[in-house]
Amino acid sequence: MATNMLKERYSGKINTVTLGATKEQGGTRTSTVTVGGDSTMPFLHFEGDMPLKPVIAMEIEDIKPDWHPFLKEVYADVMDNPVAWAKKCVEFGADLIYIKLNGAHPDNGNKSPEECAKVVKDVLAAVGVPLIVVGCGEEEKDNAVLPVVAEAAAGENLLIGLAKQDSYKSVAAAAMVHKHKVLAQSPLDINICKQLNILISELGLAPENVIIDPATAALGYGIEYTYSILERGRLGALQGDKMLSQPVICQIGHEAWRAKEANALEADFPNWGDQGERAILWEAMTAAGLLQGGAHIMVLRHPEAVRLVKKNAEQLMIKPEI
Amino acid sequence: MALTGLDIFKQLPKTNCKECGSPTCLAFAMAMANGKASLDMCPHASEAAKEFLGAATAPPVKTVKVGVGEQEVVMGDETVLFRHDKTFYHPTALAIQISDTLSGAELDAKIEKINGLVMDRVGQQVAIQMVAVTNCSKDAAKFKAAVEAVAAKAKFALLLAGDLAALEAAVPAVAAKKPLIHAATAENWEKVVALAKANNCPVVVKGNGLDDTAALVEKVAKEYKELVLDFGNTAQAKTLAEMVNARRLAIKKKFRPFGYPMLACTLATDAKEEVVEAATYVAKYASIICMKADEKHHLLPLMAWRMNVYTDPQKPMAVEGKVYEIGDVTPDCPVYVCTNFALTYFAVEGEVVGSKIPGYIVAVDTDGSSVLTGWASGKFVAEPIYEFVKNSGVMDKVNHNSIVIPGYVAIISGKLKEISSYNVIVGPQEAVGIPAFAKANYPQLMK
Repeated sequence: MATNMLKERYSGKINTVTLGATKEQGGTRTSTVTVGGDSTMPFLHFEGDMPLKPVIAMEIEDIKPDWHPFLKEVYADVMDNPVAWAKKCVEFGADLIYIKLNGAHPDNGNKSPEECAKVVKDVLAAVGVPLIVVGCGEEEKDNAVLPVVAEAAAGENLLIGLAKQDSYKSVAAAAMVHKHKVLAQSPLDINICKQLNILISELGLAPENVIIDPATAALGYGIEYTYSILERGRLGALQGDKMLSQPVICQIGHEAWRAKEANALEADFPNWGDQGERAILWEAMTAAGLLQGGAHIMVLRHPEAVRLVKKNAEQLMIKPEI
Repeated sequence: MALTGLDIFKQLPKTNCKECGSPTCLAFAMAMANGKASLDMCPHASEAAKEFLGAATAPPVKTVKVGVGEQEVVMGDETVLFRHDKTFYHPTALAIQISDTLSGAELDAKIEKINGLVMDRVGQQVAIQMVAVTNCSKDAAKFKAAVEAVAAKAKFALLLAGDLAALEAAVPAVAAKKPLIHAATAENWEKVVALAKANNCPVVVKGNGLDDTAALVEKVAKEYKELVLDFGNTAQAKTLAEMVNARRLAIKKKFRPFGYPMLACTLATDAKEEVVEAATYVAKYASIICMKADEKHHLLPLMAWRMNVYTDPQKPMAVEGKVYEIGDVTPDCPVYVCTNFALTYFAVEGEVVGSKIPGYIVAVDTDGSSVLTGWASGKFVAEPIYEFVKNSGVMDKVNHNSIVIPGYVAIISGKLKEISSYNVIVGPQEAVGIPAFAKANYPQLMK
């Protein structure tokens, strides 16, 4: 008996966005990363195209951060050197480097915009993969830093952020002038997500220049909110909503490594087993869950989580005969 | 939507041949409307009638139960494809494999280990649900012995996976535990299904892909309906596509052969890869995942994912409204006030831990709404906050008179100060600002 497969007919699809630029394209990257283009729900190859695989960005900071001890173990020798750190991440298989300019924060050394731009330039010189650059989170400072970084890295086609509902203009303008892409973050709210995309497009930046960050909640700490927002956004995009058709980035490492399950010692929680394996899986499982929601770029920290998530994504990209 | 006898009668062949056991087609239709008969008893029903009536007279995914008493696992009875449309009801059961090649002390140790796969997380107990005894030895007697040993000691429902001879040897011995039988295939289904029926146990129907499985279920369902589907796992992306198609057909087209719970087996051999693979099946409709991983640190993340996916999206997640002590608190420690919305609370808790300055958190019961939602609805304003803080007794534990409120509700600080006579300190708007706030205000408590 032949079953008729139930194929959904979608009118829309996710935009394709390319990050980085090679020499021929006006930058210095040795590789570029293109994400999006999906015309189906995640990994349902039988009813649409999923032409590009999800990618991994590995996170670094410009000043030595106070990360989880297991991460410090991995990066001990490079954590105070963003250039060496970025190189190490590329060795671990990072498709992109995500650099957070924490040193710009008034409480963390208050680096000048020019100093921040130099860090970005140094990392650009050290690795060939595309870069994601975000500020320190202090709005006023970021508004001063990001335009200078954008100018210094003109032509590199960075992904820069964060653009938020009440502070998107300066980063979006800088991206527009210097031809970068914008990382638009909304606080776990699909209406704000859409509104922010509209505001950015009203500045004259085409939707193809934006990547959505729906705000990531970690496994066990609200991941289902992020997951359902991803699903709803993706369904909206496939039904033709242009202001939800941007690819999605999920900042997983930062959230997952804060979870109690990643931090609790086995001595204190013997019922949770080995802390090392548990912590790494907390990050990998957050990513695996959000992959099913439709994440395109996953920002991770631990190399073993990177390996696991890459392998999972590869298997899901194998187009089956059914 | 329930159909009347007349609605059903219109779809019947009207031969009055009595082969269904009823005296007339109308009587048969009335029996069906009352749930006393099913359409497959009528040998002359048309395909159109089957489609119309099959769809209208049954829930899209049948409820199937494995195990008895406290070990019972309820599967199926799902109604949506996306959790945000309503909710997913019956969390995916994890079945951990035990090979029948183990015996004696080895087997006992393994059972004990599996019995220990019960953990506590955010105030809830999380556990695996099933033990899958697999006939790796290919020896029916060994299988029977292993099954009996597991049945005697294991705390969870049983899944028995073996060939016909093995199943025939083992199932009757443990039938009282209502194990799930794996599997009826194209070659053996008549005997395996007869065995399941005789012992009143649910059975897995295992085909090779969608078409083959549907055809097999059509045959089996005429005999027996306590079924679980297995599309014969070959690769993760294929299993995903099959489960999505099957569930869609069951829900949107009321396609009966796929109106049963589904089972998936992980293929990865590395335990970490296995649980990451299983994340896909938890999200996409598996009622049972059969796997090998048996370490707590591997299963805990998977169980958390399952718990999250099966959370009802219409009910806000809330923590108990009470005072939480973070770190080694002393009477000098700060008192933070927030709501009992789980995400709010965990955000504050995470940052208080991160500040390395011990503190009290008062999670005011706002029925699980966030700070601003609670403020807008009047649940997180001066009076209820004061009442809650006063009744919580937190101020008796400290030697000061100060409470820290979220920056977003700075507007209530005056009123709160007035009615409570507390020293109300306006904290940062986002929890992320707590470490810097704490460092600036309580440097003497830094550890």
